[in-house]
Amino acid sequence: MSTKVAEIFETMSYGPAPEQSDYVQEWLDSHPDGFDLFIGGKWVAPEGEKKTFESRDPATGKLLARLSIAGQAEVDKAVEAAKKAYGKWSKLSGHGRARHLYALARLIQKNSRFISVLESMDNGKPIRESRDLDIPLVARHFYHHAGWAQLMDSELTGYEPLGVVGQVIPWNFPLLMLAWKIAPAIAAGNCVVLKPAEYTSLTALYFADLCREAGLPDGVVNIITGAGDTGELLVRHEEIAKIAFTGSTEVGRLIRRTTAGSGKKLTLELGGKSPFLVFDDADLDSTVEGLVDAIWFNQGEVCCAGSRLIVEEGVADRLIEKVKLRLNNFRLGPPLDKAVDMGAIVDPVQRDRIDSLVSQSVAEGATKWQPDVPCPTDGCYYLPTLLTDVSPANVAAQKEIFGPVLTVTTFRTLAEATELANNSRYGLSASIWSENINRALEIASQVKTGIVWINCTNQFDAACGFGGYRESGFGREGGREGMFEYLKRSDEWRSSGSDIVEDIKAPEISAKHVDMIDRTPKNYIGGKQKRPDGGNSQAVADHDGKFMGRVGDGNRKDIRDAVESAFKAEGWSKTTAHNRAQILYYIAENLSIREEEFARRLSQLTGVSAKVAKTEVEASISRLFSYGAWADKFDGLVHTPPMRNIALAMNEPLGVVGVVCPDKAPLLSFISLIAPHLAMGNRSVVIPSQRYPLIATDFYQVLETSDVPGGAVNIVTGDRDGLAKVMAQHDQLDGIWYFGSAAGSEMVERLSADNLKRTWVNNGKARDWASSTQGEGRQFLREATQVKNVWLPYGD
Amino acid sequence: MSEQKVTHLTPHDERPPYGAGHNHIARNEGMPFDAGLVEDIRINLSAVERRVTSLKGRRTVKKDWQAAWLLKAISCIDLTTLSGDDTPGRVRRLCAKAKAPVRADLMEALGVADKNITVGAVCVYHEMIDTAVKALAGTNIPVAAVSTGFPAGLSPFRLRLAEIRESVAAGAREIDIVISRRHVLSSNWEALYDEVKAFREACGDAHIKAILATGELGSASKVAKASMVAMMAGADFIKTSTGMEKVNATQPVSLIMMRAIRDYYERTGFKVGYKPAGGISTAKDAVQYLIMVKEELGNDWLDPDLFRFGASRLLTDIERQLEHFVTGRYSAAHRHPMG
Repeated sequence: MSTKVAEIFETMSYGPAPEQSDYVQEWLDSHPDGFDLFIGGKWVAPEGEKKTFESRDPATGKLLARLSIAGQAEVDKAVEAAKKAYGKWSKLSGHGRARHLYALARLIQKNSRFISVLESMDNGKPIRESRDLDIPLVARHFYHHAGWAQLMDSELTGYEPLGVVGQVIPWNFPLLMLAWKIAPAIAAGNCVVLKPAEYTSLTALYFADLCREAGLPDGVVNIITGAGDTGELLVRHEEIAKIAFTGSTEVGRLIRRTTAGSGKKLTLELGGKSPFLVFDDADLDSTVEGLVDAIWFNQGEVCCAGSRLIVEEGVADRLIEKVKLRLNNFRLGPPLDKAVDMGAIVDPVQRDRIDSLVSQSVAEGATKWQPDVPCPTDGCYYLPTLLTDVSPANVAAQKEIFGPVLTVTTFRTLAEATELANNSRYGLSASIWSENINRALEIASQVKTGIVWINCTNQFDAACGFGGYRESGFGREGGREGMFEYLKRSDEWRSSGSDIVEDIKAPEISAKHVDMIDRTPKNYIGGKQKRPDGGNSQAVADHDGKFMGRVGDGNRKDIRDAVESAFKAEGWSKTTAHNRAQILYYIAENLSIREEEFARRLSQLTGVSAKVAKTEVEASISRLFSYGAWADKFDGLVHTPPMRNIALAMNEPLGVVGVVCPDKAPLLSFISLIAPHLAMGNRSVVIPSQRYPLIATDFYQVLETSDVPGGAVNIVTGDRDGLAKVMAQHDQLDGIWYFGSAAGSEMVERLSADNLKRTWVNNGKARDWASSTQGEGRQFLREATQVKNVWLPYGD
Repeated sequence: MSEQKVTHLTPHDERPPYGAGHNHIARNEGMPFDAGLVEDIRINLSAVERRVTSLKGRRTVKKDWQAAWLLKAISCIDLTTLSGDDTPGRVRRLCAKAKAPVRADLMEALGVADKNITVGAVCVYHEMIDTAVKALAGTNIPVAAVSTGFPAGLSPFRLRLAEIRESVAAGAREIDIVISRRHVLSSNWEALYDEVKAFREACGDAHIKAILATGELGSASKVAKASMVAMMAGADFIKTSTGMEKVNATQPVSLIMMRAIRDYYERTGFKVGYKPAGGISTAKDAVQYLIMVKEELGNDWLDPDLFRFGASRLLTDIERQLEHFVTGRYSAAHRHPMG
């Protein structure tokens, strides 16, 4: 023995604690010619001259493997293989699929250390994280979704899988993101083509082998490698029914535009600039570790990283001192060392990006602080960084850095804290630290984020939905809410026909009936009838082309005013569900009083018989009752993650939404589309049927007499697609429902990409508005809401 | 990877033999009772537990480091016997073990034979103090005595003070007192302050370790508050348990108490020691505690002056691990002289 022990006895230092990796290296070495693509259950080399790219260990720069680039031919093959497998796989019993998912979960557990080591070598994340967080969660996702496969036939009746799903995932949690994507997709009966990120494809390729070992039928899971070009080929592929993407907001926008009008279902899990709120009654020492878990977890390369510390002024200095003390104990080092806090940044490109954003922030006035701890000079590392004196306009407060960089801002009051938290285009997550449950839950209800962690951060589980508000994307992954993203209603649309009634040009103007006083329908904005901004009206015809009157010719400024009113009517979103129900019943009551008048009008306008018209009015009254009933019954869930925790999945209103109505059944479809928003607390701007707007303008008086608060519903008449375009481009709108033409659907989806508002479009298809399944129900409510998961651990 | 910075007050070679205890650190003089300081304490138990779990994955020591850290653990043990059937013979055997905790051949092999590594103290009931003091004569290993109606602390206050004085007179250099749990349970912090302060005065030059009996305090916040009050009243050490409660030392409770110590140090400049007691029986446990001390309090606290394990079985497991390190063979308990 040496003097070493005696020496360490004095210094009490930490030594190296390397995780064994030789057996993983052997596996990599056993692929001297690089990896092929996993298509149809086989390893397939790309056609023609093999194009490859390198995968390197960011901690050492060492080459790990050569990977194939999938081109058009390979993407076609993979989609074809998935399509071929789909028939049998989707028809396999839920139990049959559950057995396969269960086998995958078991195999992941049985090889968990190997996978963890491979993940850390490829990505640079500390072995602690891949071993204790990533890989256990991967297994958990397959177990949880084996359960959904098992229960699908009984718990998700009326739903069916989509077909072939294209999935594109990022490099920060390579295998975990694969699990989040593949597990629910195949549990629901879909087949997938997945493209891992180019920096980190290795665990996905290892997973492919596990699929074979688990006996998964060929083609159910296909894995193709490559860079953005390959991803784009997948996104554009016509045979794909859905794209699920996790990655940058920039690419998410491109995908939204690319897939617009294609009928592809889409979920986007994008960037974030998540607030980390600390109140003066927080456990500050625990808060410090919370920050470590928030922004110094996975090198800060986390979409939901708590990157904006927003701290109450009175405790700010103390907290910052504590953070600095902690960071001075920070250990950066090789990802395979079992005693480090942080490993390597995924690639030099990313490190340079982090560094340049930090420099820019400093140039804009921020003060940078980094701890005086050793930082390996070889490999791709970046010290944990604190930026103080960060104004809200500073680049570091606005842009997602995706690195270990925390900005600090102070607040004075709860209201100011909320405002600062919500002062972002993103809305992925928020972390709230306070020992006062009233305060914490108040903030939880106010922040516009899909996930709220109270006195914790970066908690994940397969049972809980994950996903954001605003430009952080849409859709949820995990839990029951995540399953719906991979399913569709078996009978959502009519098999043929259109919901649009073709316009008849310039109806011949006839003199008004002398026995009636001239009625000039205007727009309905902020609870008042307002003359259209343009000062013009347009003639409208009945089904026959006979002149029926004039309605306001709404323009972009009318939409602007209507959105403004809707935005201000925030009280509607906050009022109780009971109150909203009361108002819906009241609307029904007032419509019922005027039943005959509306029936007569329907007959006049659409030419239906008195009996049919009466039926439509009665159905409309019934529908209002339905949503009055639903208002206080579309309950959230309490999830059951495997920890001492209450995880509340709350259905929150989207906020301000645009609604574009079809022409068929003009009263019933109009009611069917505005009532769910009223029930869930959205404030809407509605463009009624372009062909028969008078049925909606007649309705103003019903709204006015029913105590509907000003701004909760706003109606602008005019050109359907022209006004829809203004709404799609409006950044204050949180969502838009469009029930018009196929071309209009494409336009709405494409233009909504800018602020990534939620869209629900009909792609020109028709619904049976009178039916209780197609015309109302949970799907409408789900489209009117977004799920906020609030994590509340407990214990004292 | 290069080493972390290390700070230390005095290299061990330049200080008196091991077990001297407290001679390098200014004693905690306490401070006036401050109710605000107590009321402001906030503890979030689930976050504390997450830190404990996470820390186990963030730090570890292997090979030479592990051996050195285990030797450090030995130097911090309060080798304890607190049984109704304790006899002078039993206590003398324990003291022999305290003086030579690890087989000489192993110490030689580890290259630390000249370090005179002993345990931190020997901890006994009052009646055994005399025996222990005599058995440890010629060493600097202090004798610690549990006191004040240990373990319940419900004997007459006057007698509890007298017990301290008699134990000090009998030669105990450290007194492990028990607090009145009822003061904590009823949030009567000033009463707790007065009690500990009176005990401290009775101790005179002997050092006082305040046993909080954390398993009986009911909540995490109460543990932190009781820690703060005991330090305000002048405790040299705060200690988790008597070893007789249903729940004794745990890592979450240790984290809470260590953070209280850090907070008190930041406010007053006094370094108060920490002693987890009860249930710590494996080398692995011991290393995890030392890691927590290093991370939360720093290297200064990795020293018997400021850190002790209250343990009776721990030493045996450490000896076996050290032999494994030296020989590469898994060891057996009977190969090591019992205490």
